[in-house]
Amino acid sequence: MAAFTPPPLPSDDKRWKIVAGTMRKNGFARHALIETLHTVQSSFGYLDDDAIRFVAQSLRVPLSQAYGVVTFYHYFSLKPPGKHTMTLCAGTACYIKGTDKLIESAEKHLTLKAGQTTKNGQISLMTARCVGACSRAPVMICDGEVAGEVTNEQMIAQLERWTVE
Amino acid sequence: MTIEELEQIARSVQQENARYDYEVNVCMDLACASQGAGLLRDTLERLAAASGKNVLIRKTGCMGPCSSGPLVRVDPEETLYAKVKEKNAEAIINSLGAAPVAELQCDLNEHFDKQVRVVLENAGHIDPEKIDDYISRDGYKALLTALTEMTPNGVVHRITESGMRGRGGGGYPTGLKWGTVAKASGDLKYVVCNGDEGDPGAFMDRSVMEGDPHRVIEGMAIAAYAVGASKGFIYVRAEYPVAVSRLTTALREARRRGLLGSGICNTTFNFDIEIRLGAGAFVCGEETALLASIEGRRGTPKPRPPYPAVSGLWGKPTLINNVETYANIAPIVRNGGKWFFNMGSERSKGTKVFALTGRIKNTGLIEVPLGIKLWEIIDVIGGGVPGGHKLKAIQTGGPSGGCIPADMMGLGVSYDALMAAGSIMGSGGMIVMDDTSCMVNVARFFVEFCMTESCGKCIPCRAGTAQMHTLLTRICEGSATMDDLDLLIELCDTVKEASLCGLGQTAPNPVLSTLKYFKNEYIEHILHKRCPAGVCNMAGTSAVEPAPAEVLA
Repeated sequence: MAAFTPPPLPSDDKRWKIVAGTMRKNGFARHALIETLHTVQSSFGYLDDDAIRFVAQSLRVPLSQAYGVVTFYHYFSLKPPGKHTMTLCAGTACYIKGTDKLIESAEKHLTLKAGQTTKNGQISLMTARCVGACSRAPVMICDGEVAGEVTNEQMIAQLERWTVE
Repeated sequence: MTIEELEQIARSVQQENARYDYEVNVCMDLACASQGAGLLRDTLERLAAASGKNVLIRKTGCMGPCSSGPLVRVDPEETLYAKVKEKNAEAIINSLGAAPVAELQCDLNEHFDKQVRVVLENAGHIDPEKIDDYISRDGYKALLTALTEMTPNGVVHRITESGMRGRGGGGYPTGLKWGTVAKASGDLKYVVCNGDEGDPGAFMDRSVMEGDPHRVIEGMAIAAYAVGASKGFIYVRAEYPVAVSRLTTALREARRRGLLGSGICNTTFNFDIEIRLGAGAFVCGEETALLASIEGRRGTPKPRPPYPAVSGLWGKPTLINNVETYANIAPIVRNGGKWFFNMGSERSKGTKVFALTGRIKNTGLIEVPLGIKLWEIIDVIGGGVPGGHKLKAIQTGGPSGGCIPADMMGLGVSYDALMAAGSIMGSGGMIVMDDTSCMVNVARFFVEFCMTESCGKCIPCRAGTAQMHTLLTRICEGSATMDDLDLLIELCDTVKEASLCGLGQTAPNPVLSTLKYFKNEYIEHILHKRCPAGVCNMAGTSAVEPAPAEVLA
């Protein structure tokens, strides 16, 4: 069997080398699909069509399968995130401590639905299925920083700080 | 690596630690870290160095009572300080060699007295990023003992003898599972650790992977030796980046010490572990779905049999256990199966870690001997329900579990007792609800979870959970009839009986258990358009003001 030559990198953006690195480390095996998609998302922030196509070709996975995997798992995003991301935890402990009211209030404040980004690309509002900080519910994550026992005032203040930046 | 070399490392760590007059342990687990424990530790280090005192500042995993965080423990006196802020660092350093800082001291004796720490024995005592810290507390001794003094069958026998049951939720006897994989034919076998902790409200596995990662690795290596596997995978949620990084460090260190790799400890045993990231799918906690995900595919379950023990990863015999199960293995091998068998209740042996959260004073991570009464957990360890509210129910088992009402607090916590009460042990989430929670709304919350997390492969789960959700929403909005309730009950039965995997089979549990114990709340919603807890918004119906809590009980 002829040796497999992976397709060329989509552009000379250095981040593709990181993606290619993950695939090489896994010997371009098909089972490295999810691992590779993780690398794409952590490098680029999201997965676009070109990225999915490149990964599928490189790993010799049907495009339909790659797309199926991307849309199956909640962690993968097909849209670029906003400049800032607020994630409100919607796990059970947070729910018991009233996170639904926080989500409602944030949606109203930003006039969007959870999962969306403001039109100016400034803020994404997301919900999470439990981040494991249940003892400090309700929990929000602002650009990766976890804050516990969050009040509506604190949350709105944070959103306003990001809005006026 | 030999036992002697291991003991040599342990001794040198102990000697190193003995050079210090004091050890200041700072909990760096998520709850404490989110309240500034990182800054606190840096300041403690700076001040300790400036003070000229002989102090070791150590970052540790979860100490337990998260609601009192950030936590700091000063050894050898074992003084526990709660809610420590950066500004308190100076007082703590000054107190070394003098009287403790009274205003920071907390009395959590009652909280700790009823606990027995096996899985969490190292948490709060070791730096999770230092393999030698783990070795100094008998780490990897069990692996070496197994490799040099026991046959694989002997290890399986010891686990069987312990009476251990799987800690992931199902409660399948661990020894039996190991025996099946050990007997399965094939030269290539796999060992998989399920660290997908998708259960909202549970974080035991996260704390173990972050606070004591080597314990999981040691357990997996022993398992691999026992069943004849040479390759392992730890499947971790991508939502747990710290766990991933700690495990990555731990694996590297274990390889460096020759505790993973080929010819481990001068034997013919080869074993190595890879980490695989989950990507946010609750169904991947189901073992066949998890395996599909490791293979890089959509996480959809397969009918069993064949069980993974016979045909798992890439069709090879595969042993799958939960994080906490593996975390129990080293102590069992070290102390013997009988030691473990003597803890716990008649058919549920050993201890169990629970994440105690919700409307309770002391939230956090606890480890208790099985058989313990629920009231001991709530009233004694948990310190009761705060704010003058009344306990209403305890939810165990997450979306697959159920709610146990306040008048059943005499129940002993065991696999069978929880099952008989309409809930399950589950992986260890324990969420306390008081009179501000509406049980119909709680049921709807869980069904919504199962609906969005259903993988869509089988119709009973995919369509059934959606219909259940519609009916529950109707009840919560006050537009349902008693016929809707009958339909809901019938639907629960269908989804439970006909779904392909555990997700669908257990999705009706939160509905059935709340119907069993809180049917009056459903009826109030339907007949009187009234939410007794005042949670459900019944706008558009003839809403009645919520009644005072005591009327409900």
